[in-house]
Amino acid sequence: MKTAVVTFPGSNCDRDMQVALRDVTGRDPHKVWHGDADLPDGLDFIALPGGFSYGDYLRSGAMAANSPIMRSVIAAAERGVPVLGVCNGFQVLTEARLLPGALMRNAGQNFICRTVSLKVENTQSLFTGGYASDEEIHVPVAHHDGNFFADEDTLDRLEGDGRVAFRYTEKVNGSRRDIAGILNPAGNVLGMMPHPERAIESDHGGSDGRRLFESALGVLAPA
Amino acid sequence: MKVRIHISLKPGVLDPQGRAVHHALEGLGFSGVDDVRVGRTVELDVADSTNDEALGEMCEKLLANTVIENYRIEKVA
Repeated sequence: MKTAVVTFPGSNCDRDMQVALRDVTGRDPHKVWHGDADLPDGLDFIALPGGFSYGDYLRSGAMAANSPIMRSVIAAAERGVPVLGVCNGFQVLTEARLLPGALMRNAGQNFICRTVSLKVENTQSLFTGGYASDEEIHVPVAHHDGNFFADEDTLDRLEGDGRVAFRYTEKVNGSRRDIAGILNPAGNVLGMMPHPERAIESDHGGSDGRRLFESALGVLAPA
Repeated sequence: MKVRIHISLKPGVLDPQGRAVHHALEGLGFSGVDDVRVGRTVELDVADSTNDEALGEMCEKLLANTVIENYRIEKVA
C-alpha cells in the first residue's frame, strides 16, 4: 500500500495525516513537497492535508492549486488514483477544479473548532464503503472557510448523482444544504471539511474517521 | 501598463465579511447603509504588449474564482 501526503508551505495537518496513514496501512506514507514536479510512481492514495497553504493568500487553496505538484496530482486523479482533500485540502481541490463549488468564509465569521456530527449520505463510494447507510459519525472540524457554495444546478446534480458523501446534521458554517464533503463524478476524489485523520483512535475522542481510510485503502476488517 | 483587476462576489453569494462591515458601520452611527459587499483589487504592472486575452486568462485561472466571483479589468495607464 503506497500512499503520499503533500505538504504545502503553511500546511499544518500533514503530520496528523501521515500518522493516520501509517497507523492504517502499517507503512510510512511518502512525503511530497509542493515544489516537487512528480509524485512517486504507483501510488494507491494521495492526501492533501489541512492547514493554511500559502497563508491563504488570494483565496484559501488558490495558490496551492497552482503549485507544481498539483499538475501531477490532477493527472493522477484523472487516472483514477484515490485523492482525499481534508479542510484546506478540500479548498485546494475546488480551486484546482477537481471538485465543483467553493469554500467561503463561515457564515458566522468565526473560526469553528469542535467535533460535529455528520450523516454518511453515500455508503457506496470508495471512501465511505465502510460506513452503514445513514450512519451518524462524529468528526472534528477546524476551519474559517468551510462554507460550501455552489449554484442550485450544481447542488442538484451533486445530490442526484450521489456525490454528497457527508452532510452536517446541524448548522455549522452556512454550507449550502449542509454539505460537508463531496465526490468527483468518478468517485475517486473526495473533499471534506471535517478531519477524519483526527478521529483515528479512541484517545482522539473517537475513531469514526478510521473507517474512511480503511475503506479507501482496502484494508477494512470484515464486519 | 498599469492594470487594475476589480474582483467582487457575484450577486446572490452571501458575503459574511460585508455583513460584518455593515454591522460595524451601523455601530459607528452611519445610518442609511443598505448593503455592504467587500471585494478585492489586484494591481498589475504588465508589459504594454499584454493583450486582453492574456489578462482575461490571468483572472480566470488565478485572480478570481468564477464560481463565486466576477471580475472587471481596468487599464489605468
